[in-house]
This record gives sequence, structure tokens and C-alpha cells, in this order.
Amino acid sequence: MWTIIVQIFPYAIAFTVPLLITSLGGLFSERSGVVNIGLEGLMVMGSFIAAYTISVLYPVLGDSAVWAGLALAMIGGALFSLLHAFASINLNADQVISGTAINMIAGAITVYFARTITGSGNIHIVSGLGRWDVPLLHRIPVIGSLLFTQTYGTTWLVLAILLLSWYLIYKTPFGLRLRSCGEHPHAADAAGINVFAIRYIGVMVSGAFAGLGGAVILVTYSGEFNGSVAGLGFLALASLIFGQWKPLGILGATFFFGFASTLANVSQVIPELARIPGFILKAFPYVVTLGALILFSKSSQAPRAAGQPFSHDKR
Amino acid sequence: MKVKLPKELTVAFIAVLLGLAAGSVLMALTGNNPFEGFSYLFRGGLMSLERIGNTLATATPLILTGLSVAFAFNTGLFNIGASGQLLFGGFCATAVGLTLVLPKPLILPLMMLAAILGGGLWGVIPGYLKARFNVHEVVATIMMNWISYWTVYYAVPAYFKGQFLETESRKIPDYASLKAGWLTGIFEGSYINLGLIVALAAVAVIALILRKTVLGYELKAAGFNRDASQYAGMNVNRSIILSMAISGGLAGLGGMTLYTGYATSIQIGILPSQGFDGIAVSLLGANTPLGVLFAAVFFGILHSGKGFMNAMTNVPPQIGDTIIATIIYFAATSVFIERGIDTLSKKLKTEGMSLKNLLPRARFRPKSDDGSVDHQSAAETSDDGKER
Repeated sequence: MWTIIVQIFPYAIAFTVPLLITSLGGLFSERSGVVNIGLEGLMVMGSFIAAYTISVLYPVLGDSAVWAGLALAMIGGALFSLLHAFASINLNADQVISGTAINMIAGAITVYFARTITGSGNIHIVSGLGRWDVPLLHRIPVIGSLLFTQTYGTTWLVLAILLLSWYLIYKTPFGLRLRSCGEHPHAADAAGINVFAIRYIGVMVSGAFAGLGGAVILVTYSGEFNGSVAGLGFLALASLIFGQWKPLGILGATFFFGFASTLANVSQVIPELARIPGFILKAFPYVVTLGALILFSKSSQAPRAAGQPFSHDKR
Repeated sequence: MKVKLPKELTVAFIAVLLGLAAGSVLMALTGNNPFEGFSYLFRGGLMSLERIGNTLATATPLILTGLSVAFAFNTGLFNIGASGQLLFGGFCATAVGLTLVLPKPLILPLMMLAAILGGGLWGVIPGYLKARFNVHEVVATIMMNWISYWTVYYAVPAYFKGQFLETESRKIPDYASLKAGWLTGIFEGSYINLGLIVALAAVAVIALILRKTVLGYELKAAGFNRDASQYAGMNVNRSIILSMAISGGLAGLGGMTLYTGYATSIQIGILPSQGFDGIAVSLLGANTPLGVLFAAVFFGILHSGKGFMNAMTNVPPQIGDTIIATIIYFAATSVFIERGIDTLSKKLKTEGMSLKNLLPRARFRPKSDDGSVDHQSAAETSDDGKER
């Protein structure tokens, strides 16, 4: 059993990281009061932008093109999320419909451009991100081999963003404002907080993080943009709910889901796991989330004003 | 939803125009001529009987998913899970079609039943969770979509593996297919099938339920005001569960028309886009059965014409999906359009100006309460529009 865990652990982490960062993005958006089910589309957008950037810049920049791709994916994701922000914050649109539109627009327009650029709907990148052992730490027995060998730089980046987000949300005035806009925007407004600005920031952070999430998938394990991230955006949404809109809850939820999905992916190769039907492992995160929704239905930590448009005159 | 039909028609029309405009911009950006592109797009959907048949065949599942979403909307529920319901309903119908060997008049009703039950089950679970535990149906139906995706992903290869491809089921035999020789004959060998008749019947039945029955009244009442209908003695929880069941059943039926009519097998690893398109269809059709029918046929043209357009020009077929997605976006922001219409018509009335002078100044205001819009727009006209 231990050997199996050691074997699949790097894969589980590689799968968890894009989920974690996207879910964290969703946290910023929903905590500010805007439901964002467009995470999937924002990830697709990030993956496309990164793939295109890397394929263009690789001849010039070499391996550092990957990091340029990641950065541009964040910027592009943030800009694309403005569509959602404008609809839900300024136009009082139904945020669920707007998010659905984001998903559909991203899925269609990226493949449209990819086909115009490459002829096929796919963009292959020459080189992804290299893996490296963390100096010294990888020699620690047990956890060294689990956590600090063969890691991607993005994993540490995302974990740093997670810690920073936790600090930002709970320990700074900005975090308090963000949370108050999601709980009671009118009270926040009365206290002099610019609800519109905070919500714009929330949505744009979700766009940037989801864009990064999509790009991380590309540069770590997929290596190719193909117009979809296979429902990971929705899995990130499930993680957000299962993690009850808290950074550390999300960390737990995404790792849990990432591990389960990895088990399902490798179950065919590892005889001990082949006995568990793949269906159970794959459908598991969604069933668990439904269960969590029932369980927490009385005490849900969901931001109270999430999904409700804000306007000054509806006090 | 409260306003009268003509205004909704205008909103739908403007949303479509904006969607087509976005499509033109995209075509122009990638170095194509939009007029040429659109002419091929519409010709591809309409220029021959065969192509019209294909358009109607493409529209068939969209009619049913559109009805599904619209029906739930009428009860104040947002069914974003039509994709999963369609997939699972279609899978159930396919399973029956591949398992039983019966003459066509017997097996088709059985398959329809299976599709309705399968899709209905996928709808009733979120409905129950909503009624009993107040779990938001949007989240629940999204989860159900992916449970459906993985169920079919593993069930098809396990029980109905295709001859050549691992990723699809065996072919539906002729006696279990919705394709009918006479209908295919009329439309010169297109994909059109009996599913269209099922869909048209569904439009009529749903319109009847919503307009003429106590059930429909109660469902709509629950959508308008949950507390008031509860107070009036209606069983709101029952309405929610029933509405989601019917909604899911409709989408499931759409799955049958897709996999055993339009196509001949069910594919795995794809969450069918028809469910999400259904949201666009419903919104564009103002959540009414007849509106859904027209909107679905329009999207059918876009979908079936895009292949021809791609063959004749350099425009990738994804332009069709992009236009539909853009239309959803603008339909979501219909308040914006409606307010625009209001402002515009007020301005025309108060100043009697021509549309041409007016357009650059037709700014839209951020939402204020319904009543106050009128005063503001009237005030705005008096200061040369420099207020904002």
C-alpha cells in the first residue's frame, strides 16, 4: 500500500494544484458576492493563452517561455473574467447564466482561434515545466520522498499563493471588506466600502487564478491545448463548496478530490486498485459534494449575498 | 418574464443581432469576409431539402432541452443539468434499444419511457434535494451532470462496447432507430427522424400543461412566489420535485432523439453541449414553449450550416458555438437591452429625434428601481446626454 502511495503521490499533487488554484479563485469571487460558475471557461482560456504564448515565445526565450505563458494566462484570465464581472456587477445579470455563457464562449472561441492559428483545434507545446528536487528537504526520510522530490515550480507557487490568500482574506482590511461584500453588501456600502470595486477585484482574481490553473494543467501534465479542461473547473467549484468557502478547507477538498481522481486514473495499471470500479472513484467527488451540501444545508458557510446583485437603492 | 411578448421579442431579436455582430467581428478579425461567411452559414442550413432536414434534426434535441430548461424556469428553478439528464436519458433509451428485440412500434415507446425515466431520475434528485434540504439546484444539477458523465463513461464500454471504437456504443439496430424511411425520403436522405414529431408533441403538451392545467398553475405560482403559494395551500415542495422530474424527463427524451435518431450510437467522454444550448434556447424563446421551438430551429440552422461554411471558407465551425454563447451572454444581460429600449423609445417620444442622431448618446444607466428609470431617462434627454 505504501509503495502505491509513494508511486502515485506526485501525480496526485500535479492533479491537485490546478484544482487548488482555480478553486481559490472561485473563493475570491464568491466571497465578494459573485457566483462564478465560469471557472471552467476561464481555465480553458488560460490554457489556450499559455499554449499560444509558449508556442510563439519558445524559439526566442527557451524554457523561460513557460513562465511567460503562465503570467499571460493569468492576465488573460483576469481580462476575460471582466465579461462576467460587467454582466453580474453592473448589469445585474443572472450570474449563473452569465457564468454559463463564459464557459461556452471560452470553449468555442479558443478552438476557433486555435484552428485559425494551427489548422487543427490543438496547440502542442514543445516543452513543459521541468521537475526538480527541493535542495536538502528531499533527503528527509518519508516526507522527503513524498513531498520534495520531483516537484514542479508551480506547485510551490500555488502553495505560496494559498498562504498569501489566507493571510489576505483573514488578516487584512482588504480581506474584511471582501468578506463583508459577500455577506452583507449594504452594510459594507454604508460603512463606506466600494462594493462594486471589491466585487470587480474578486471576479478578476478568480479569472487570474483560474487562468493560471488552466495553464498549470498545460505545462505540467497535459502538454497540449485541446479546447477543454475535462470538467476540472466544475470539480474546482465542487471543491469550493466541499471546502465550505475557506482556504484551508479548499486545500483539503482539492487534495482529497485530486487523490481520488488520480487513483481512478491509475487504477488500471495497479492491480491492487483495479478491483475498485473506476466509476466509483471518478463519480466520488461529485457524490461527496452532494452529500456535503445535504449535511451542511443547515449550517452552510456560503457567503450570504453570493449571487445577489447589489445596487445602492435597494436597502 | 412579466412584460408582454412584443418587448421580449425585441429583446430576443437584439440579442440575436448582437450575437451575429460578435460573430462578424470575429470573422473579420481572423481575415474572413463576414458577409460571405454568413451567407454560406445560412445557405448551409437552408439551401436544399436535405439541409433543411438536417437543420430540423439538429434542432430536435435543442427543442427538448430548451423546453426542459424553460419548464424549470417557469417554476423558478434553474436546470443547468439538462446535459447530464440528456446523456443519461439517451443512455437508458440506447440500453433498451440494444437489449430488447422487438418490432418498432413496440420498442420505440419503451425506449421513450426509458429516456423519460432516466432523465427524470437525474432531474428528480436535485429537485428532492432542493425541496427537502434547500440545496441549490444549480450546484446539485452541475454535480449530477458529472455523475452522469462518469456513469455513461464506464457503463457503455462495460455493457454495450462498440465493434470498432472503445469510445462509443454498438450501433442502434434499424428496428430501434427513430429514423423512418418515409421521412428520410421526403428530405432527400437527411438525418431528420421521428424525434422531431416527439419534440413538436412535447411543445404542445408542455404549452397545454403550463397554460390550461391546475398543475401548470401551481408550478408557475411556486416559481413566482414560493411563500405565497405555500400560504395559499399549495404543496410547493411537491411542485419543485415534479417540475424537476418533468424537466429532466424532457431532456432525457432529447437524449433519445440525439443518440437513436440523429446519431446511431452513444459516445462517451463528451458532456453533450445540447444541454447548455438549451439554456440559450430557453432564454431566447422567453421561456415559452413556442418561443423555444423557434429559437431551437434558429440554433439548428447555425449548427447545421457551420460545416458547409467551413468547407466553403476559412471560417472554423466553432463560429456557430461562439454566436450561440454570445447570444446567451446578451440574453443574460437582457435587463440592459430592455433598459436600452426604454430609454430609446422615451427619447424618441420626448424629442422626436431621428435614430441616427440618437445612437451615439444612447447610454445605458446602471440599474435603479423600475420606477425611477423613467424619470431619469426623461431628465437625461434635457441635458444633451452629458450627464454621464
